[in-house]
Amino acid sequence: MLRQLFSFNGGVKPATHKTDSTTQSIGSVPMPAELVIPLHQSVGGTPRPLVQAGDVVKKGQRIGEADGNVSSAVHASTSGTVKAVEMRTMAHSSGLSSLCVVLEPDGKDEWAELSPVAWRELEPGAVRDILRDAGVVGLGGAVFPTHLKVNAGKAGKLKTLIINGAECEPFITCDDLQMRERSAGVLGGVIILKTLLQAGEALVGIEDNKPDAIAAMQATVKALGDKAAGISIVPIPTRYPAGGAKQLIRVLTGIEVPHGERSTDYGVQCFNTGTCYGIYEALELGKPLISRIVTVAGNVEAPRNYEVLFGTPMSHVIALAKAKPGTDRIIMGGPMMGFAMPNADVPVIKATNCVLVGSPELFPEPEPEMPCIRCGECAKACPADLQPFELYWYSKAKLFGKAQEYHLFDCIECGCCAFVCPSRIRLVDYYRFSKSEIWAREQEKSAADAARERFEFRQYREEREKEEKAARLAAKAAETKAKLAAEAAAAETAPSAATPSDAAPTGDDAKKAMIAAAMARAAAQKAEAAEANIKPANTDNLSPAQQAQVDAAEALHAKVDTLVTGNESGEK
Amino acid sequence: MLYNSPYLVKPASVRSVMLRVVAALIPGIAAYVWFFGAAILVQLALASAAALIGETLLLTLRKKPVWLFVSDGSALVTAWLIALTFPPIGPWWLVVVASLFAIVIIKHLYGGLGQNPFNPAMAAFALMIVCYPQLMSQWPAAGFTDFHAQLGLIFGERHLDAITMATPLDALRTALHSAEAKASVAGIFGSNASFGNVGGKGWEFIAAGYLLGGLFLLQQRIITWHMPVAFLAALGLMAGIAHTLNPDQFAGPLFHLFSGGAMLGAFFIVTDPVSGATTPKGKLIFAAGIGFFTWVIRTFGAYPDGIAFAVMLLNICVPLIDMATQPPVFGHKLGTKQKEKA
Repeated sequence: MLRQLFSFNGGVKPATHKTDSTTQSIGSVPMPAELVIPLHQSVGGTPRPLVQAGDVVKKGQRIGEADGNVSSAVHASTSGTVKAVEMRTMAHSSGLSSLCVVLEPDGKDEWAELSPVAWRELEPGAVRDILRDAGVVGLGGAVFPTHLKVNAGKAGKLKTLIINGAECEPFITCDDLQMRERSAGVLGGVIILKTLLQAGEALVGIEDNKPDAIAAMQATVKALGDKAAGISIVPIPTRYPAGGAKQLIRVLTGIEVPHGERSTDYGVQCFNTGTCYGIYEALELGKPLISRIVTVAGNVEAPRNYEVLFGTPMSHVIALAKAKPGTDRIIMGGPMMGFAMPNADVPVIKATNCVLVGSPELFPEPEPEMPCIRCGECAKACPADLQPFELYWYSKAKLFGKAQEYHLFDCIECGCCAFVCPSRIRLVDYYRFSKSEIWAREQEKSAADAARERFEFRQYREEREKEEKAARLAAKAAETKAKLAAEAAAAETAPSAATPSDAAPTGDDAKKAMIAAAMARAAAQKAEAAEANIKPANTDNLSPAQQAQVDAAEALHAKVDTLVTGNESGEK
Repeated sequence: MLYNSPYLVKPASVRSVMLRVVAALIPGIAAYVWFFGAAILVQLALASAAALIGETLLLTLRKKPVWLFVSDGSALVTAWLIALTFPPIGPWWLVVVASLFAIVIIKHLYGGLGQNPFNPAMAAFALMIVCYPQLMSQWPAAGFTDFHAQLGLIFGERHLDAITMATPLDALRTALHSAEAKASVAGIFGSNASFGNVGGKGWEFIAAGYLLGGLFLLQQRIITWHMPVAFLAALGLMAGIAHTLNPDQFAGPLFHLFSGGAMLGAFFIVTDPVSGATTPKGKLIFAAGIGFFTWVIRTFGAYPDGIAFAVMLLNICVPLIDMATQPPVFGHKLGTKQKEKA
């Protein structure tokens, strides 16, 4: 079946370096002496540790609980003993540390009890919770929690489900091998997603430099028959970055999802093939995500794909592929968008699609940067249709506002511009710099805004308290004045007046009443304090006489209160 | 030193871009030597030496890595464009002063490679034609290929009358402007031996050589089609309209396209990336503007060719053109429409 394909602008065709690592099947890795499993392996909140040093865990047992909904659980990759829950170096170029569960394998590799999920009978929300607790995240490299994406959005159902098997970065072949060897599992995941999202069709986009994967997937679709109805395997032209989610959506459907918008608003949603396999295992087999396929390539004697448990040190996997002399760096991911690791002992995590061993021969030191000559090669290569050289000028001049005006944040950092630049300008570094400066400034600004708000509120409060105090004093002064006047008047009319109880209390009475009321208030406060200390209040167990006194005082209290408030409201 | 991704880069460099531009000039230069002798090679050497010396001097003064920039080939391109737009039998100091002016004042005082708002070769041409209009208008007649005599003109005493003349473009303009003659374009063409089949004798073949080199640059993706097409179309269209309205007073489009610096300009001068517009739409506007003003200055102005002034006029407009013609970013135009449908 021929399907109309679309094209995105720009893109580049670097040498793919893919064949070397595809000659052998997916290998297994001997158990390392120690697994260091970082708790933070996905976009979102850091999972809360559920184990502590000394705990014995089974393979697949949850050791980190999702922190809120935008987070994903983490599991023990094998059975063994928790040696520590401590800070260890992250698989991140910064070399910073994060909280990790250090696991000493017991060698038995014993699974916790697994129970397949009857996902067809469950509410979508319940399935999402299960995926979250199974730790399924996007395995294309972005590690966005998958359960958040298994949501068809406002429309309630999806037009087209896009499955990303493009794998456009040079050297990486993990999706290729997975599709070749485990197409049934991958398609099992596609069927689940298609059902959950009520997608009209599912398109699996695979770059045409992977004919074996395409053939395997097509054969499985055929074998599945009706079960795979509506699922098409679509070969797409090989051009980096065809595997960018937005670029792939464009190629397969013609739809362009702008930066910052949800693709579900356009009736599409995109998942990586590895993620589909993870979904299949989590739901059909009840297995949480504890390993992934990792390509080990670059400056090694035997490039190959391995099924690697999360927490395995990269050096352990590299040893299997035998790094050649001259190795000068370890890169996680591909040569276009990957990150240099602080050392070779950082653990393999959910985002590790490739461990790329670098050498000066493979990735030579960049030549000295020349000035930009505005040749426009970068603009021709940009798959986001940006003007990279303008962004460069503005970033260099630190005109971050202008950079944003020229859509800095639409940049996906694919590296095409730097790849083609004849002046060898490390363009992406400038954009990363600008982005982080803008984020830092926004943070600073919101912190400053919060501080200013606090300060202004405090000023307002102090001002208000001053005013209230002044008002209270004025009221009191007026009250005293009024009382004195009333006293004088009462002194004149007292002999002829009716009994005091009928009329308003005289000056003396009022004073006495106020004193009594104050005493009563003090007593009440004492009682409250006593109650707070869980002691019997002194108002309990009163003698009848005391009770009568209290009652009288309260009556007076009430009366005075009405008078005082009456006065105050009169003032106002 | 550790650096960030991408770790792979294409083997491309400013030097390779510049050297390919230089190579693309060779067919035109070959035709030039064939029709007008080897003098042009002397001028090319003079201009190159002056430009490279100026470049070295300024890089040293500015404390920049000298070899890195001298070897990038950009000064060479400027020098060659100056030599090719100047009269080949001009005195030696003409191209030397022009090259030094282009490199020192127009390029380095504005910040060096990539920073100059004006096309250095065209700024130099404009300066010299304003200062030395006479020297800039003395061109060899076709067939004057005596190298010894040419060397004499370049380095020695200047007695020119027999062997020099105005370019066909200049001759036509002067003849049409002279009031007493009831000249028509066709008449002038017929009476003057310097006119060839479509342009000036010899010049039309040099122009064809530049066209060939330009096609090579297009094939190498060093330039895009936008600028040459827009420039030539605008120039040809203006000439065509005027010629149709009054064939006696206005030369036809082919004459304009194959005379003066039109072909050299279309592929090598207008396309200068540093001082030109960068967006696809902007390139069309920029180059069409140059084509328009070139025709206007050629036809109604006082100078033999209009490209230099037209280029500088449009150089000034580049920031505005670029700002106004930013292409839509992925999803921002098409995506919004698609969302409404979804």
